[in-house]
Amino acid sequence: MIEFQAVTKKYDDGTVAVDNLSLTIDAGRITVFVGPSGCGKTTSLRMINRMIDATSGTILLDGKDIRAQHPAELRRGIGYVIQHAGLFPHRTVLDNVATVPVLTGASKAVARKRAADLLERVGLPAELGKRYPAQLSGGQQQRVGVARALAADPPVLLMDEPFSAVDPIVRDGLQDELLRLQSDLGKTIVFVTHDIDEAIKLGDKVAVLRVGGRLAQYATPAELLAKPVDDFVASFVGRDRGYRALGFLSAQGVPIGPVATVALGAEVGQARAELDNGWAVVVDEAGRPLGWVSDQSLSIVEERVGRSDLVSGGSLFDVESGSLRTALDAALSSPAALGIAVDAAGAVVGGVVADTVLKALADARRTGEVPT
Amino acid sequence: MWEWLTNPDNWTKTFGTPGIPQRLAEHLQYTAVAVVIAALIAVPLGAYIGHTGRGGTFVVGMVNAFRALPELGLLILLALSMGVLLAFEAMTITLVLIAVPPMLAGTYAGIRNVDQSAVDAARGMGMREREVLVKVELPNALPLILGALRTATLQVIATASIAAFVSLGGLGRFVVDGLALREFDQMAGAAVLIAALAIVVELVLAGAQWLVVSPGLRAPRSRKRKATT
Amino acid sequence: MTWVLDHVDQLLSLSAYHLWLALLPLVLGLLIALPLGWVASRYYWARVILVPAAGLLYTIPSLALFVLMPLILGTLILDPLNVQIALTVYTVALLVRVVADALAAVPATVAAAATAMGYRPVGRFFAVDLPLALPVLLAGVRVATVSNISLVSVGSLIGVHGLGQALTEGFQRDNYAEIIAGIVLIVVLALAVDAVLVLVGRVLTPWARIGGRR
Repeated sequence: MIEFQAVTKKYDDGTVAVDNLSLTIDAGRITVFVGPSGCGKTTSLRMINRMIDATSGTILLDGKDIRAQHPAELRRGIGYVIQHAGLFPHRTVLDNVATVPVLTGASKAVARKRAADLLERVGLPAELGKRYPAQLSGGQQQRVGVARALAADPPVLLMDEPFSAVDPIVRDGLQDELLRLQSDLGKTIVFVTHDIDEAIKLGDKVAVLRVGGRLAQYATPAELLAKPVDDFVASFVGRDRGYRALGFLSAQGVPIGPVATVALGAEVGQARAELDNGWAVVVDEAGRPLGWVSDQSLSIVEERVGRSDLVSGGSLFDVESGSLRTALDAALSSPAALGIAVDAAGAVVGGVVADTVLKALADARRTGEVPT
Repeated sequence: MWEWLTNPDNWTKTFGTPGIPQRLAEHLQYTAVAVVIAALIAVPLGAYIGHTGRGGTFVVGMVNAFRALPELGLLILLALSMGVLLAFEAMTITLVLIAVPPMLAGTYAGIRNVDQSAVDAARGMGMREREVLVKVELPNALPLILGALRTATLQVIATASIAAFVSLGGLGRFVVDGLALREFDQMAGAAVLIAALAIVVELVLAGAQWLVVSPGLRAPRSRKRKATT
Repeated sequence: MTWVLDHVDQLLSLSAYHLWLALLPLVLGLLIALPLGWVASRYYWARVILVPAAGLLYTIPSLALFVLMPLILGTLILDPLNVQIALTVYTVALLVRVVADALAAVPATVAAAATAMGYRPVGRFFAVDLPLALPVLLAGVRVATVSNISLVSVGSLIGVHGLGQALTEGFQRDNYAEIIAGIVLIVVLALAVDAVLVLVGRVLTPWARIGGRR
């Protein structure tokens, strides 16, 4: 657990990077510092491992003042991941990951074995260990950076915009990897980003900071979206926050209605008979949805319904893991105004209409599930 | 000229006058002594200045100024003021003064050019300052440091050729003597030897650099595509 | 000190000759290095041949090169042409690599834009590539200049007398004043020409100074 007590960082020329920051970072959770440039998020992070020393105030790590320890000692117990990975170009990937264990006295062989395990953990093939950083792509380098930070099994992990320098598709993958790792390891992670969507996706709790280093709001992502404390936070969180907030509400209670299905390859006449309200969804042998047919689209089909005759469908709503947001999106994006609900295997189980989703939202508000 | 080079007499000591191998050895000795001393001064100093970042402009200014100093003049001045008995010391001082600026500049530039995020990461994972310098900055600065070492060594070899002017040995002796005796083949032969020496030393040092520097620091030569995520 | 005052004329004429010996090779060397460097920057095969060859030439110590010139050129030993041609070779050797690197450092996007606007290769070279390569090029020219001025003094050992004469004569006559005068003048000349080059650089590249420097 990390505690900031009235921490301030002021530079000689008068700029205040962090202004009287007080908050508690829960152990075993991901806490995200987010805000525009100049809000002091990176400075605050770097004060935790004393890369920067506070001008006033105290930071406690598990109840102990971090200033009580020699900085180098402190840092060996804290993992540190930075934006461009900062891998040592002159060492192999394996030796890079093995750095901290060797630094704390482990034998090279033991450290390397551990490094190899970690590389696997972060999703990298074992033979990458022999290569040098210059031979890796940006995404791979970041993964190595994470592996390196985890090598000494530190309870705390500091991450300073680690995924900002890679392209969006790679970034998504890395974020999912981090969540997966965290579910296995349960570290105390402090994560800095300027991207509010990343903060909402990853954070158990999010601290929004203002320019000038002051804390604007410290809350769970759901609260942030539903109840931003002032205009700055509201505009920082961005548009569509009402819609995005739906992503945090489970869709367990949303009723699923019946939907007309037609097997792929069925005769035109038979298909027509199945149409409900002018539409039917075409499924394969396993019951998985392939697309829609309508009154109109069937009029040009000759004998049997084939793949090329289908109207492309909208997004799918997974009944087990889905949220109100995915349910609503399925309904809105469907050409038939009927969202397809599927089970874990991907087979069609029914349909959902936008009205029922909004009714479920109203119910959630009434029962207090949504913070008002 | 070829007769002079292939004449076996010149390759042995005749009547106490040193032949080619001896002069060659002298030349190498002057060079090695000066380069080692210069390295012992320049590399730690350059590393310290580069690592702490203080005194950078001084280094650049000093190196530029030193480049303007004529080696011959320096050598003559020192030899004269220190006297004939200390000619070797005078020359060594001159050679060291010639070798230090490029090595200082090279070490400083090498350390400054190390990827700063790697240095930040090193501190962040708990390395002490000395460890950061020795384990991260120096190995990564090695290409530039060794490059400067090669440049400096060549300049020393060149200046050592002039040592003969102040009555010292080395391959330059043949040039000076040859000029005095109007024996042109001797001069030419010596010039060829000096050039050959320089080229061979440069190749040897280049090979050594290739061996010593980490493969991770070699610039990618071909268009080999890097791995994709 | 009195010696210096007595010999001002002589020192001045030696200085002028010294500059002539040093700067003519510089100009010639630059003119030769520009096209060679341009070829090396455009074609990989040229670069692979030219740059190592240049490096090899630069490796040869000055004294050796000065002495070998008569052999190669058929000139007399004491001919100042030896020194000038040798220095030209040095300048070319040094600058080919600098020109190649400087031209290669011109941003590819700028060069592409210029070509797309309709510049032919030669026109583009003078209008776009050369001006943008100037800062790096100038740095190399400064090194070559200072180096040449210093190396001319070695020429005295084979009888080509610029200010090096003050050094060798001073040594033979135990005349400290002469030696020091020689050294000081050489250094002053080098620094003066260097300063002129810096000024020329500023005049030719006004855009390099505008814009924030972080």
